[in-house]
Amino acid sequence: MNQKNSTVNIQEAPTGLALKIYYWRKSLKTLTPYLMLIGVALWLGTYYLLVEGWELPRFNKLPGPVEVITEWTNPDPDWGISMFSPIYYEHIIVSCRRILIAFTIATCLGVPLGLFMGWSKTFRDYSFPILEVLRPIPILAWVPLAILMFSGFETPVIYLATLASLFVTTLNTLLGVDSIDEEYFRAAKCLGSKPHHVFWHIVVPGSLPFIFTGLQISIGVAWFSLVAAEMVSGEFGLGYMIMDSYMNITYVTMVIGMLTLGFVGWVSSALVRLAGDRMMQWRVRALALEGR
Amino acid sequence: MANQNNSRGAISNRNVTKIYDPDGVNVMAVDDCSLEISAGEVCMIVGPSGCGKTTLLNAIAGFHSITEGEIYLDGQLLCGPSKPKAEQGADRMVVFQHGALFPWKTLGENVAYGPIVQGVMSKAEAHEKAEHMLAEAGIGDVAHKYPGEVSSGMARRSEIVRALINDPKVLLLDEPYRAMDALTKSIMHESLLEVYDKTKVTIFFITHDLEEAIFLGDKVVVMTTRPATLKKTVDVKIPRPRDYQTLTTEEFRVLVEETKEAVHEEAKKAFDAGERELA
Repeated sequence: MNQKNSTVNIQEAPTGLALKIYYWRKSLKTLTPYLMLIGVALWLGTYYLLVEGWELPRFNKLPGPVEVITEWTNPDPDWGISMFSPIYYEHIIVSCRRILIAFTIATCLGVPLGLFMGWSKTFRDYSFPILEVLRPIPILAWVPLAILMFSGFETPVIYLATLASLFVTTLNTLLGVDSIDEEYFRAAKCLGSKPHHVFWHIVVPGSLPFIFTGLQISIGVAWFSLVAAEMVSGEFGLGYMIMDSYMNITYVTMVIGMLTLGFVGWVSSALVRLAGDRMMQWRVRALALEGR
Repeated sequence: MANQNNSRGAISNRNVTKIYDPDGVNVMAVDDCSLEISAGEVCMIVGPSGCGKTTLLNAIAGFHSITEGEIYLDGQLLCGPSKPKAEQGADRMVVFQHGALFPWKTLGENVAYGPIVQGVMSKAEAHEKAEHMLAEAGIGDVAHKYPGEVSSGMARRSEIVRALINDPKVLLLDEPYRAMDALTKSIMHESLLEVYDKTKVTIFFITHDLEEAIFLGDKVVVMTTRPATLKKTVDVKIPRPRDYQTLTTEEFRVLVEETKEAVHEEAKKAFDAGERELA
């Protein structure tokens, strides 16, 4: 295993946290982080100029960045909500909990469903037409049905988010199985695999890259439909907070809600990506060698 | 690689015909092809692209059915009129053109996979044997790496080890060194010869490379363009073990000359026909 005979001292490659630090250090030597900072600064600058600097008529109802950041960081918020008010975190936690439930249900149903559809031709023939007809129905069109079927606020909202996310996950998993090269199946058969070996050793790992791409899209779609649903009904959550502050003409709070959604959504897809990388070391390592 | 048994792995192709029906138009890929490969022989199949060589391999491996004829392995019927498609089994191991190591398993796990799923070894035994065999093939250092992390030569060598750990009767290789540069190829040839000298496993090897065919083979079979049938069979009597000195001998040169014309003629026919290659 070791390179004991080698005359050159080959360094053990860093892994885990050490590798992350190494990447981070390396990235500081490239333009990327600085360009990102400049990009953000340019965006903030334009926003500031349009709204607060030049006070253009088109944007005169919007709160500017200075106003938003002042309010966001104000321990005693003028409009009731800032990062110091417990209600702000209540909205975030309620939304996150709903996403967690919806995303978990959608993943637990969607991944096996997609795997089976990809694996068994018969099962796919039964189920594919149904999926393809239900999938294009926009999630907002499901709202009345959700309200008819479920009582209260919580269930319909979670139902809608789950549904949206389920279609994406299922379809991507199915495509993932389709993407596996026929030769892997042949090789597996040749090596003496029974059908259940093929499923666990070829179908599941082979479709993981597509599954995780699907999960990243699916968590985004879940957020999208959650917020839409929260705007229609609900008494907590970031969608409700945005709609409520619009109704109460507290536009600063509305923008705070929007930016918060942006951050929370970003963190959630980063977590999914992280989980994917952990489960697909083979892919991460191969891509790293290609310099990606 | 324990088995030194030289009396197994004889393949007999009798009047094999394969007609594809891709879109309502029958395409004859193999026409009445009879080919005897004796146990422990290295049989090299040379022919123009898309001539139906792979079709024959697929029939032996059990990936495709045949339309007419029979194929026997050690006197046992693999496929014939009563069962057009052979069962796939670990007695005939395939090494694929593009390489089919599972990218999500390390080289060691890939090699250990066969014996584990067949239930002939425990996981621990299989992994131990896999590491041992990889080390014997000179790539023990990378047993814990994924296929995506090693060179194509190492990957290909591990794939052959993955086949050999199952102690197959026949090794079916479909242009395994096609995409490699000449230098890597020469290393691969040497290691395959080494494997063969040790195991005497029957080898069915498809290639475009005439020199490769003569260097490795006991018998070189030149196939015609589609529909494929035998054009010429050349016995290579160069003694084993062979090494790179062989390539410069007069005997080798004469055999290449002798075969080249037949191959060239078919290649030209295939080019003029301009048909799309079949898988």
